[in-house]
Amino acid sequence: MKRQLLAILLLVSPAVGLGAGGGDVHLDAANIDPTNRDSLQRGAKTFVNYCMGCHSAKYQRYNRLARDLGISEEMVMENLMFSGERIGDQMDIAMSKSMGKKWFGAAPPDLTLVSRVRGADWLYTYLRTFYQDDSRPFGVNNQVFDKVGMPNVMWQLQGVQKPVYKTVTDDEGHEHQVLEGVELVEAGTQSEEEFDRTVRDLVNFLAYMGEPVKLERQSLGVKVLLFLLVFFIVAYLLKKEYWKDVH
Amino acid sequence: MGMLVNLRDWIDARFPLTKMWEEHLSKYYAPKNFNFWYFFGSLALLVLVIQIITGIFLTMNYKPSAAEAFASVEYIMRDVEWGWLIRYMHSTGASAFFIVVYMHMFRAMLYGSYKQPRELIWLFGMFIYLALMAEAFFGYLLPWGQMSYWGAQVIISLFGAIPVIGDDLSLWIRGDYVISDVTLNRFFALHVIAVPLVLLILVVMHILALHEVGSNNPDGVEIKKNKDENGIPKDGIPFHPYYTVKDIVGVVVFLAFFSFVIFFIPEGGGYFLEKPNFEPADPLKTPEHIAPVWYFTPYYAMLRAVTIDIGPLSAKFLGVIVMGAAVVILFFLPWLDRSPVKSIRYRGPIYKTMLGAFVVSFFVLGYLGTQAPTAGRTMLAQLGTIVYFAFFLLMPIYTKIDKTKPVPDRVTG
Repeated sequence: MKRQLLAILLLVSPAVGLGAGGGDVHLDAANIDPTNRDSLQRGAKTFVNYCMGCHSAKYQRYNRLARDLGISEEMVMENLMFSGERIGDQMDIAMSKSMGKKWFGAAPPDLTLVSRVRGADWLYTYLRTFYQDDSRPFGVNNQVFDKVGMPNVMWQLQGVQKPVYKTVTDDEGHEHQVLEGVELVEAGTQSEEEFDRTVRDLVNFLAYMGEPVKLERQSLGVKVLLFLLVFFIVAYLLKKEYWKDVH
Repeated sequence: MGMLVNLRDWIDARFPLTKMWEEHLSKYYAPKNFNFWYFFGSLALLVLVIQIITGIFLTMNYKPSAAEAFASVEYIMRDVEWGWLIRYMHSTGASAFFIVVYMHMFRAMLYGSYKQPRELIWLFGMFIYLALMAEAFFGYLLPWGQMSYWGAQVIISLFGAIPVIGDDLSLWIRGDYVISDVTLNRFFALHVIAVPLVLLILVVMHILALHEVGSNNPDGVEIKKNKDENGIPKDGIPFHPYYTVKDIVGVVVFLAFFSFVIFFIPEGGGYFLEKPNFEPADPLKTPEHIAPVWYFTPYYAMLRAVTIDIGPLSAKFLGVIVMGAAVVILFFLPWLDRSPVKSIRYRGPIYKTMLGAFVVSFFVLGYLGTQAPTAGRTMLAQLGTIVYFAFFLLMPIYTKIDKTKPVPDRVTG
C-alpha cells in the first residue's frame, strides 16, 4: 500500500512542480537599458566589428540604425560600413549560407531577431561563458550552449576561461562531473568589468535590433491609454445619463 | 434637415433601411438586466471588424511565398508606416478573439442561453467557433516562423492517423509531401477569403436568429411573456440607445486591455507570439518543444492524454477522435441539458459543481497543452479529459435530478 502511494506521489510530483522543466542553467541578468544611446552605439560598433564577419542582420537598415541611435548617416558610413553598401541598405554580409555551413558545421544565423528568440539574459550569459575545451573544433565550448559551433570571437578582449566542475551523485549513486561555472585563467585586454559592459552594450544593441520600434511603441501606448481613460469617463457619464429612467 | 428626411424616404421606398434600423436597434427590446457577461457579444463583433480591417492592410504588404513570407512580415514590422501597429493589432486580435468568444460561450452556459428556443443561435455560434479555429490555424502558418511551420506540421499529421485514408488525406491537405510553398499559398487563400466569408455569413445568421427569438438574460426569464398594452416587453428596453451607450463603455474598457497588450506586452509572455516564431521556418530543424497557440491547448492536451492503442486503432488516432469529440459535443449542449430552469441563479448545487469542475478542467488542460508531457502531466490530462466529458455526458442525468429554485415571473434587476 505504502509503495503504491509512493508511486502515485512520484507520478504526480512532476505535475506539481509545474513551473520547472526547461532552462536548468542559471542565466545572469543583462540589465540592459534601451534608452541609453551611448550603450547602443558602443554595442553597434562591437556588433559590426566582431559579429558581422559571419552574421548578417538582414532586416535592419543602416539608415534606420543611424536615426534610432542618434548618429549621423555620415558617421555610420565612416564607422560601421566597410564594403561599399548604401545607407538605405540592410545589414547583410557577403558570406553565403552554404559557405557558413561548410566552415562552421551550421550556417551562422541571422541575428536581427535573435534577442526575441533567446532573450537578453540568455545572450548576455552565452557571450560571457565560453570556456576552453580542446575536444571542440575551435577549442572552446559554452556553458549555456553545449557543443556550440561558434568560436569565442571576443577572446582577445575577455581572455581565456577554464571550466569549473563539481561532482554530483545521482539517484542511483553514480558520481558525475557537472559543469558548475567558468573561471578566468588568462586575462584579456579588458578587465572583467569592462568586458561585462562590452557584452551588455552588445546585447542592448541586439535587443534594439529585435524590435527597433519598441521605445516608440511604449511612449505611444501611454498616450493611447490616457486617451482611453478620458474616453471612459465620458462614455460612463453618457451611459449613466441615458440609464437614469431604467428601473 | 428636410433634405435628409427626403433622402431617407427615398431610400425607404426602395430598401428597408428604417425597417431594419428599428427591427435590430431602436425597436429591438432587450432585457434591462444584462450584466458584465453580456458585453462579450458586441466585443466579438468589434474584434471581428478589427481583424478584417488590419488583415486587409497586412495583405497589402505580406507575400504568401515560402521564400518571402518571413521577410515580408519583418518588412511590415520595420519599413511599412504603422505596420508594426497593424501587425500587433492583428496578432493580439487573434488571441483577444478567443478570449472574448470563450467568455461569450461561458455566458451562455451560466444562463442557459442555448436552451429552447435558442438552440439555433447556439448552433450558429458553434459553427462560428469552428470557423474561428480554422481561421486561426490557417493564419498561424502565414508568418512562416518555426512554430508556424512545425505547429502546422503536427496538426496536419494528425489526419495521417486516420486509418486507410489518412496518408492520402494529409497529402491532399498539404498539396505536398511536407509543408511547403504550396501549402502556404492555399492556407493564405483560405485565411483571407474562404473562411472570413463563411464567418461573416454565420455571424449574420447568429444575430438574425437572436433577434428573432430575443435575448436571454441572467434570470433566464422570457421577457416576451410579459408585455404592456403596446406589445412591448415590460422588462425590455430598446437596444438603441440603451445598450449602444452601455456597450461603448465595455468597448473602451476592452480597448484599454487590448492596447495594454499591443503597446507594452505584444508577445503576451510568449503566448500570443511564441518565441520560436521569430526564427524563420526551417524544415530541417525541429524545435525542442512544439506547442500550439494557447487557445488550442486544452484540445491538444486531450489529444495527448490518449496513450493506449485499442485493437487496430492507434493511440494517436483515438486521441484525434477524443479531440474532435471534445469540440463536437459542445454542439449537443441544448439537448443534453434537461433542467427546467435556464439560469445558474435558479439551478441546484450539482450543476454548479459540475460547471465549476468543467471550468477548472478546461484551464488545467489548457495549461498542460503548453507544457512538454511527463508521466504526471499525462495523468493529470487524462483526469481533466474525463472531467471535461463527464460534464457533458452525465448532464442529462444530473440536470434532471438537481434541485432547482422557483424562477420569478419578471427579471430581478
